[in-house]
Amino acid sequence: MNAELAHELERRRASRARTRSGRARIIGGLGPLTVLAGLVWAFVQPYRLTFLHPHDQGFWWLLSEPPIYVVLVGILFWRVIAPGLLEDLEAEAGK
Amino acid sequence: MTPPSEHVHWWFATGFLILGLLLVAEVVVGPAVWNRRPWRKYLWPGMCFGLGVLMWPVMAFFTNSTIHMVAHGSWAQALMVAGAAELGLARGKLTSPRWHLLVALGLAVSGSAFLLHEQNPWLFQRSAFLHHTLGWTVIVGSLFPLVQAFRPRSLVAAMGFATTFLVVAVMLFCDRDVAPIFGHLSQLAGVPHR
Repeated sequence: MNAELAHELERRRASRARTRSGRARIIGGLGPLTVLAGLVWAFVQPYRLTFLHPHDQGFWWLLSEPPIYVVLVGILFWRVIAPGLLEDLEAEAGK
Repeated sequence: MTPPSEHVHWWFATGFLILGLLLVAEVVVGPAVWNRRPWRKYLWPGMCFGLGVLMWPVMAFFTNSTIHMVAHGSWAQALMVAGAAELGLARGKLTSPRWHLLVALGLAVSGSAFLLHEQNPWLFQRSAFLHHTLGWTVIVGSLFPLVQAFRPRSLVAAMGFATTFLVVAVMLFCDRDVAPIFGHLSQLAGVPHR
């Protein structure tokens, strides 16, 4: 009976660990995936980056580079939000 | 010296992209992990409130018509009320999940504002098409916080809510003031920028 209980507990622990590592992978991947989306967009539609052809462009057109906004959001999430979340996932797992 | 309206759409798209990523992350890790750091629970409500505040300059500077001003003004108020209610919930001063109904209301008002201030038909040009699709997407998206108000632990509602923001961000990034949509561009629309 005790062996069965230990086996069941071990199975549940392993299942929880797999879920946690899956969650960590998603959190770790969201930022880089967003950066990649911005880069792909920049390659597919280079004319959306007005600094590549700055002649006759006004102030707002030179300021607004939408694919770079996407890359910056990805970097922000990757470097600022994700590390703390991953740490907290680890801490929660250690409970 | 006001920016072209398409640039404003892209700035809001950036804000919605951040919101969408935060909401997806919250769903993935769960509330227990998300709320381990107190500042994190204020991110989404604070940004929602902030986007509402930023709608006021949009209302003040983009006065193409009365309907634009009314739409942008009501939109600003709805986002601020929804953000304030979520801030109250995050702080613990409000406890009932029914306060999420204000987010549903905010999204419904936002979707209606999109639809009401677009005077042209769907295939007039790209921005007209996107205003119609954005309006209906946001109105359908308002069902998710409606469900959350009665079933706060619903994963489907939470992920649907987060996905709504990501979809809205993509649509806003696609927006151009004058550009064809599926090969259609009305002669009345003007000359497209690159």
